Formats: sequence, C-alpha cells, structure tokens
Amino acid sequence: MGRTLTEKILARAAGKNAVTPGEIVTATVDLAMFHDSSGPRRVKPRLEELGAKVWDPSKVVVVSDHYVPAVDPESAAILKLTREWVRDQGIAAFYDMQGICHVMLAEGGHLRPGLFCVGGDSHSTMAGAYGCYMAGFGATEMTGVMVTGEIWTRVPATIRVEWDGVFADGVVAKDVMLHLCRTLGMDNAFKAIEYGGTTVRAMSMSERGVLTNMAAELGAESGIIEPDATTLDAIRAAGVAIDDEEARIWRSDPDATYEAVHRFDAAQLVPQVARPHSPANAGPVDEAAGARIDQAYIGACVGAKLTDLHMAARVLKGRKVAKHVRLLVAPSSRATTEAAAKDGTLATLTEAGAILMPTGCGACAGIGAGVLAAGEVCISSTNRNFKGRMGHKDASVYLGSPYTVAASAIEGCVADPRRFLIPREACSAPRAGGGDPSMDQVHASTFRAGVDMDRRFRGELK
Amino acid sequence: MIAGRTWKFGDGIDTDVLAPGMYMKLPLEALATHCLEAIAPRFAAEVRPGDVVVGGASFGIGSSREQAAQALKHLGVGAVLATSFARIFYRNALNLGLPALFFPQANEIQDGEAIEVDPVAGLVRAGGREFRVEPIPAHLMTMIEDGGLMPHLKKKLARG
Repeated sequence: MGRTLTEKILARAAGKNAVTPGEIVTATVDLAMFHDSSGPRRVKPRLEELGAKVWDPSKVVVVSDHYVPAVDPESAAILKLTREWVRDQGIAAFYDMQGICHVMLAEGGHLRPGLFCVGGDSHSTMAGAYGCYMAGFGATEMTGVMVTGEIWTRVPATIRVEWDGVFADGVVAKDVMLHLCRTLGMDNAFKAIEYGGTTVRAMSMSERGVLTNMAAELGAESGIIEPDATTLDAIRAAGVAIDDEEARIWRSDPDATYEAVHRFDAAQLVPQVARPHSPANAGPVDEAAGARIDQAYIGACVGAKLTDLHMAARVLKGRKVAKHVRLLVAPSSRATTEAAAKDGTLATLTEAGAILMPTGCGACAGIGAGVLAAGEVCISSTNRNFKGRMGHKDASVYLGSPYTVAASAIEGCVADPRRFLIPREACSAPRAGGGDPSMDQVHASTFRAGVDMDRRFRGELK
Repeated sequence: MIAGRTWKFGDGIDTDVLAPGMYMKLPLEALATHCLEAIAPRFAAEVRPGDVVVGGASFGIGSSREQAAQALKHLGVGAVLATSFARIFYRNALNLGLPALFFPQANEIQDGEAIEVDPVAGLVRAGGREFRVEPIPAHLMTMIEDGGLMPHLKKKLARG
C-alpha cells in the first residue's frame, strides 16, 4: 500500500515499518528548535524543577529573534538568560540576532529530507520545504523533548494541494497561501499539507518556504514538499553534503492515499489580500483596494527573505512611498540584509523612502519596533493579522505579498501591484533606464525546468 | 466535576486575543489580565474559578505560545469546550492540566448560563440538558491522571 512522504517520515521516526493516519506514535526527535520567547526562559525553570539536562545538545538549535535587539530591561534580561543557558548546556547551534529562527534553520544547513523535527514556534512548519517533517509545540512539550528526545503525535492524514501552470506577473507564493486560507479554511488540525504540481516545482526554496510556513495558518500539523534538484542545491549551498538518492527516497508513493487532493490553475490566480482580522478573510486585491493605510511592513520569516525584498524593490524602483505612509523593512536575516546591500536592493528601497529595521520577528509578533496604535491600519507581508497581533487591539492589518505591500505603500492605500510592474509585451527588451530582468522570461524558463524536474523524479520512482 | 458559568465565544478565537504579543514579556499574572480583552473587556476581571469557556471552530488558532492556555488556567477557567481546537492549543491545554473537550453542540450553549463539566466521564450539563462529549484520548489519560506533563515527567525520571 502506498504511503505519503509524511507517513514515511513518521514511520522511520517511530521505528515502525509503516504507520496509518489516526495512529498515535511516539517519535524520536532528530532536531529541536526554539527561540528566545518560547525557549530557555520557559524551559530552563522546568528542567531545573525536574533536575534534568538536555538529552542531546547536538540536536538542539536556539535562535534569539523575538526580543532582538533589546528595547528595555525585560527584553535584555530574556536575551541574556538565553545566551547563558545555551552556553551552560553546551549547545553549539545558537544564532544570536542573526535572523529569524525558520530562516536560520535553512541558512545554517540544519534541514534535510526525511528528518523528524519539532519547534517551539507555530511556523516551524516552514522547514517542510526541505522535505522534512516539522511541527510546532508549546514550551512544556518542548521541555519533554529536552528531557526524553521523544514526543507523541497522531499520524496526520495528508491533504495534497496541486498547483499547475505559470503565474501571471505579480502573483507569487504568498497569493497562493492567502487564497488557500480562504478556500481550505483554517480548521485543518491533525492534517499534513503536501504541496506539489508544476508551479511548486518551478518555485525557488524561498517561495516554497512561504507555502510550508503558512500551513500554520491552515491550522495544519505540518506542510511538506517532496525534495528535488532545487532542494538538494539549496542544501549543498548551505555547505552540507547530500546524495541525489535522498530526493528519490523521500517522496510520496504514486499510489499513496490522500484524504483529499485539491487542484488549482496558477494562471487564474490574481494578487490576494486578507482583510482584518484573519488570514481567512482573503480575496482578490480588488475587494480591498482603496482602503487607506498608515503603515506598510515588509518583515517576518515568511515575507522578508531576499526574494521578498527583490519584489518590493521591483515595484518601488524610481518611485516614492506616499507622504502619509511609513514603509518599514525588517530583513529576515543578517545575511539577507548583507546580500540586499550588496546587490543594491536596500538602496532602491531606502531611496523610495523605506525605513530599514533590525532583523528579527519585530512588529509581526507585536514585540519589536514598528507596532501600531489604536485605529491605525497596516498592510503587511507577514502571515497573521489577528486582532492585537501587531500592537494595539484596535489596530487593523491587511496581509499581502511583498509586491502588494510595496504598491500599497506608494498609493497610500491597498493597491493592485500589477500596474507597477513592466507590461508583459515590453518584457523582451530591457526597459529604458531600468535594469529589471524580464520576469516573463524568468517565469517561462523556471516553469519548463520545473516540469522536466517533476518528470525526471516521478519517472525514476519505479 | 467542574461547575461555573459559561463564557461563550465564536469561531477562531486566536492566541493573539488570548495572550497579546505586546504583553508577552510580562509575568503570567500580568499577561493574564489582558486575556481576551480585545473581544471581551470584562473577562479577565469577572471570570470566576470553575467558569467554562465555550468556543466554536479552531479555538486557539495561531501561535505556539503556551501562555494562551496558561492565562485561562491562571484566571481559574475550569475547562474549554469547543467544536474544534487548533492543534498546538489543544496539546498545550492538556499538558498544563486544563481540560479541553471537543463539543459539537457548542452553539446550543448560552452565554452566562450555569454549566457542569465532568471531563473524565465526558459529560456536560447546561440549561437543564445533558450532553455526551468525546472522552480524552486513552494515551493521554496516564499523563492527565499524573496531573499534566511536568508531574508525568517527574514520575518518569524518578523511575529512571
């Protein structure tokens, strides 16, 4: 009987030949990650109460990203405690203000197909872009993992989400996820979401990470994408040796049983915006266009990677942020900031009027700089817009892609990004005075590569 | 047996209204005073020990922050009944010893009425009616009988 990738990983981690959805298993943890908010400050006192130590420091990754940089004595104390605990426990994989935890797992080469990982953060699902299983848990359960190296889980049924075809220019993975929040809803607890299809195959790892990150907004246990050459390239680029064979082993069987298969045509999708106060309030940008904004925010694990900054820069190049709007940009890692400085992206953004912020979870988590006052309205490239998420309970947040956030910053209200992008007809030749690449050509070539890759891996399965 | 009054909420009660991000650096006692204030300003001040929170779909959706369940427990909430739970909230609540029960009939409950919940027997009494609810999964009963995950771990470590 065929198995999904998620079932194969859980079977391996539970030391069984096979597992069935609904079955409760105890799994051995390959990697455990937590951050300054969910980690040491909450786990340390519990470990002391138990008189226990970390079961295997080599399997633990700690990232200080929520309270960075410290803005008051309380946040400074949390960061100090984190540093001291990591040192005392002998944990080598510690990233202090280097970037957001989910991005650091990828940059640091911690992820590979087939791993069973747990994280002290709900967006831990993002790691599934690398073909591993990763789910989020609370601090008491993470304490349990620190003590035993194990956790129980109910084997989730897998829902397959297939996207085929090529996006129109200005449509990206974020639009896919906002559309899915509306169509699949947020009540998918105890399910795994497996993304596939030619559109997904053509995506960069950065864009795939948007799909798996926001599996959390669908309420799922995890999001996962079968590994391919793009995955292996990213792992090798992080300095980790990996055999091609791993991309063939860690796949769903052709006859795997899915609870549901949903198919979508990428060509039909238009830019999406989620209205306050839920990602599920998403719809075509037209439905929200014209809503006045006070702030535009490009930030978070999901929405401030280098590719996201490139999207914003493409829209903002040679333009200015509206007078009454503040555009805040908080790159998702220090390496992202460095790369964006080198390739000129930061200059494009700041020339347009953007304010560069420190790397970290920042305003997305309602903790760092850039939070909202009562009555204020923000459009954000982040993943959640619940009441009170980004500051005052009476603030409102719209969610959109970096393209949409940038376009809205220029217009001063929620705006469709497509009219700020180069018309497709004009794409074949570089624009006068502009250095923008032909996105149409890029889309077509990556799409063809994706189709070929999919065929190759599928064909080699049997 | 848990006995108190109901606090009735709708679908999608998220972790940002249960434990707002801007108060997350504060100690639990201070954070808990802001629990649900964005949608029910009187809740933290007026909830009494044994009261029961009744919600709709995806109760506790959002962050992994355990303080969402911890704040309810700290304020004395005896149990949370909901048509469905977000996965991390559900696990956090049980780990902390806050009974969370799937309750498909949540829409039949009125706000502020007297309620009794027996989480072990899987029984809810409210408004003169009695409802059967899904029992806690068997594999969790040992942990819950130990008093939650921390006492359970203590026992496990003592055994060696």
